Amino acid sequence: MVDYLLLLVSTVLVNNFVLVKFLGLCPFMGVSSRTETAIGMSFATTFVMTAASLLSYLVNSYILAPLGLQYLTTMTFILVIAVVVQFTEMVVHKTSINLYRTLGIFLPLITTNCAVLGVALLNIYQQNNFFESIIYGFGAALGFSLVLIMFSAMREKLASADVPTPFKGPAIALITAGLMSLAFMGFTGLVKI
Amino acid sequence: MSILIAIIVLGILCLLFGALLGYAAIKFKVEGDPIVEQLDALLPQTQCGQCGYPGCKPYAQALADGESINKCAPGGEETIKKIADLLGVDVQPLDETHEQDNTPKVAFIIEEDCIGCTKCIQACPVDAIIGAAKQMHTIIIDECTGCDLCVAPCPVDCIKMIPVKTTAHNWLWDLHCIPVTVITDETEIKDQKELTTNEVDA
Repeated sequence: MVDYLLLLVSTVLVNNFVLVKFLGLCPFMGVSSRTETAIGMSFATTFVMTAASLLSYLVNSYILAPLGLQYLTTMTFILVIAVVVQFTEMVVHKTSINLYRTLGIFLPLITTNCAVLGVALLNIYQQNNFFESIIYGFGAALGFSLVLIMFSAMREKLASADVPTPFKGPAIALITAGLMSLAFMGFTGLVKI
Repeated sequence: MSILIAIIVLGILCLLFGALLGYAAIKFKVEGDPIVEQLDALLPQTQCGQCGYPGCKPYAQALADGESINKCAPGGEETIKKIADLLGVDVQPLDETHEQDNTPKVAFIIEEDCIGCTKCIQACPVDAIIGAAKQMHTIIIDECTGCDLCVAPCPVDCIKMIPVKTTAHNWLWDLHCIPVTVITDETEIKDQKELTTNEVDA
């Protein structure tokens, strides 16, 4: 139990997917200009990452590994992620139109989010078991959401700040992201597994 | 041999996932496009056609298909803002071709010139003109939205748009129609609200 908790904390803070592993930078930069959309994206990503890491673990250990087809993991996982995203979109569209509107275009975009594929692949490389895979996926998504929402809040403030002309727009956003990354490096050594 | 297995396994996986998605597409089918209804509700329903569409509903449909959001002149900035929020796009200033003074107007028929051709009645989107063939027409002021669609069809140019003067009768007395954002703590606002309601009542 303690191990799982430590794994969760370590994936959220210490080995944060965006700021330490540098995965999923595209949505991190792309959808962080407004906090509302960032929150929508966070929810969608959390769900898809958790579901995808669970499913990809099952596919890997019960289909690919017994047949010795581990070299197909990347391809199969992309397929799995695409299916999870599509299925989620359909179910959400049917069950909750409000949530569907909040997530909007971001749901299909998650298909190409490298953090999702990264979670699925890292689960295999780190030889996580079933529960560890789920927690790893969920933790990665939580870390992604945390950082994305924090970053979008900062960017909203930056939009009205008096930034020197050469640093306006993406430049100051990238500098902010770099500083955040430096700050998150400070968590190194918080959890020892 | 191993390649054959790989192809078969991937093929079966694809088939399985495809079947799942196909089943989901039927099972979770959503009829209609509810976003159009919501957009239609935001538009002012003057049916004026200044956006280039025959009415508010067709413009709502066009908005859902990606038409630019700044074409509704009667709605103005407020409506553009709401549409932008709903669609998750940036607020744009009102289309320049529609930029005009926003004073409310009402149509007026110069009755001695009217020949009773009923053309303006057919043009009116809100049925605010009464009259019959060969009879003089007149405008129901309360119904007129000031869209000036009746001005163009009139063959004798007897319709003109008159700006409505603000009087004590048509002044917008309802204070609460102004969107108020809460910036102080809630109990204070509540007290203030009660105060203003009392004032209005008085």
